[in-house]
Amino acid sequence: MPRTLFDKIWDTHLVGQRADGRDLLYIDRHVLHELHAHHGFTQLEKQNRPIHRPDLTFAVQDHTVATQAGRDDDTNPSGTAFLRAMREGTRRNGIRLFDIDDPEQGISHVVAPELGIVLPGATHAVPDSHASTVGGVGALAFGVGASEMTHILATQVMALKRPKRMRARLDGRLGAHVSAKDVALRLIAELGVAGGRGYAVEYAGSAVRAMPIEQRMTLCNLNIEMGGRSGLVAPDDSTFNWLARRPYVPQGAMWDRALAHWRTLASDDDAAFDRDVTLDCGPLEPQITWGTDPSQVVGISGRVPDPAAFDPSRRAAAESAFAYMDLKPGTPLAGLPVNRVFIGSCTNARLPDLEVAAAVVRGRRVAQGVIALVVPGSSSVKREAEAAGLDRVFRDAGFLWGESGCSMCAGGNGDRGEPGERCVSTTNRNFENRQGPKVRTHLASPVTAAASAIAGRIADVRQLGVA
Amino acid sequence: MQPFTVHCGIAAPLLKDDINTDQIAPVLHSRGLKEDYKPLLFLRARQHADGSENPDFVLNKPQFRNAGILVTGHNFGAGSSRETAVWSMIANGIRVIVAKSFADIYRENCLQNGLLPVVLEADAADAFVARVVAVDGSAPFTVGLVTQLISGPGGPDVAFEIAAADRVRLLEALDDIGLTLKHMNEIASWERHAAAAQPWMQTARDSRRPKEDA
Repeated sequence: MPRTLFDKIWDTHLVGQRADGRDLLYIDRHVLHELHAHHGFTQLEKQNRPIHRPDLTFAVQDHTVATQAGRDDDTNPSGTAFLRAMREGTRRNGIRLFDIDDPEQGISHVVAPELGIVLPGATHAVPDSHASTVGGVGALAFGVGASEMTHILATQVMALKRPKRMRARLDGRLGAHVSAKDVALRLIAELGVAGGRGYAVEYAGSAVRAMPIEQRMTLCNLNIEMGGRSGLVAPDDSTFNWLARRPYVPQGAMWDRALAHWRTLASDDDAAFDRDVTLDCGPLEPQITWGTDPSQVVGISGRVPDPAAFDPSRRAAAESAFAYMDLKPGTPLAGLPVNRVFIGSCTNARLPDLEVAAAVVRGRRVAQGVIALVVPGSSSVKREAEAAGLDRVFRDAGFLWGESGCSMCAGGNGDRGEPGERCVSTTNRNFENRQGPKVRTHLASPVTAAASAIAGRIADVRQLGVA
Repeated sequence: MQPFTVHCGIAAPLLKDDINTDQIAPVLHSRGLKEDYKPLLFLRARQHADGSENPDFVLNKPQFRNAGILVTGHNFGAGSSRETAVWSMIANGIRVIVAKSFADIYRENCLQNGLLPVVLEADAADAFVARVVAVDGSAPFTVGLVTQLISGPGGPDVAFEIAAADRVRLLEALDDIGLTLKHMNEIASWERHAAAAQPWMQTARDSRRPKEDA
């Protein structure tokens, strides 16, 4: 019987079934971060239960780390206890930690694939809803709560009900300055914030095939913003070339053996999906959110929509978003004055994200009064960007250049906006108060964020004359 | 985790769709490892920016201060996987959430903590919401997990569906890890098989480091 890629990975990892009917799914790679790891360590110690596979478990300090140069545990005082508890817990349990001063520290969803810790066809879990970022290399990933994390620590499996399958076929050739971020925002706008609920989503189609791996990760990262827990792209030669020679991938003859397996990782031609959706990406312009959930999106040349255009069930939410965002229906998005710009997060802070943003910024200045911050997705990305001189480009233009971490995505490290500020951000959630109390977030791509920092207003990068 | 058999409590209407976990339990700039989850619940809605109480928020109204049942719309618990968004409910004595639908991870987090997620289909939900609004906290509703019924003022009992396994897990407060540990033999045997079939997945080693004792 023809099977989807999702089913192939699921079936390969199926350990058994519990009496309650849940499938036990083996987790090949488990990555912890400091906000939640402590809970798991203390629970298991209380229960006298060992960690089953510390050797398949990794840990990263990312959510609470400060981004200032020369940072340490105390730079962000509210993170200190979490960072120390993580350090002590991983040491007690023999888990490899990418600590605050590790040259390969960074955001877990950036670090795990760039080191080759996560591989095509692998199952992966992180106590963070953006776990499925690594779907970009063809892994099946699950964002989990703290209890599920503890369960995986004790058993290396998850107890799950098999989700339904969706295929999102994204076709067409992306226009200039249009990237995976714009495609994902448009898809979320079309399907809604719960459109992917209950599904594992496979992203397919010519637009996805043409995307470099980093953009595929951006696409899979945003899967949860339409309610999908897992999203992935079938691996191909781009994936294998991207992974080759990364430190944790299999080496030598083992690489060849793995590669032969990875080449089987695709949905069969006539595999059935429970839902098929399509998006023609050819006509897309850069996208930006106007509201307070990631489905409230327009093209950069668009206007804040009229509440009458909404389904009655969505109208109240739209009106509440207008109030929070201080926007009136009919206002063009481009031209709105911005106070802050953030380029970072697991969504858009890999090296190519910084390269395209730097190309926009090069030789220009951040507009007067705008605070603009770039936080690389990992310390490795930061080092590579610095080797390429990108830090100079950003700094010369007036951007702040930070140490790696989650930073202003959720503000857990103290990087936040001030009440009432309007912020263009390359992150994943424009929820109320997320980037600081009363901060008004507009989600967009790195080039749109960069262009807006230069203009001091929400800007269409295509009008800036960047090659 | 406390077993859930029946809960009798005031039902508070929070009639919005897509309420996310940032709203339910915000990430605070200042916090500790052992958070007091009680004040965290809907903190931004409960308090004005100056820290004073917002009297208009439903859980601040006198009749709903001790609500045990939260009644809401579609896709409750969207967003982050943070479990504080469930722990803060429990800390406030909320044991049941009645919604039109739940976000996947949030629903799982509810089951892990003895918080009963009840899904009502649209028509039944609308009728139940109307009763909750009409009674306005003046009398309690009773949610029975054995009977799978909600009863209370203003109408007949409302039946709800829940997967048998989820129901038993809540009724008996089953130790989820314990359930899986019964399968450790299968897990070990899967690992042996995987080590032979796909050995690169059963090791995760930094190839730049010298091999430890082989």
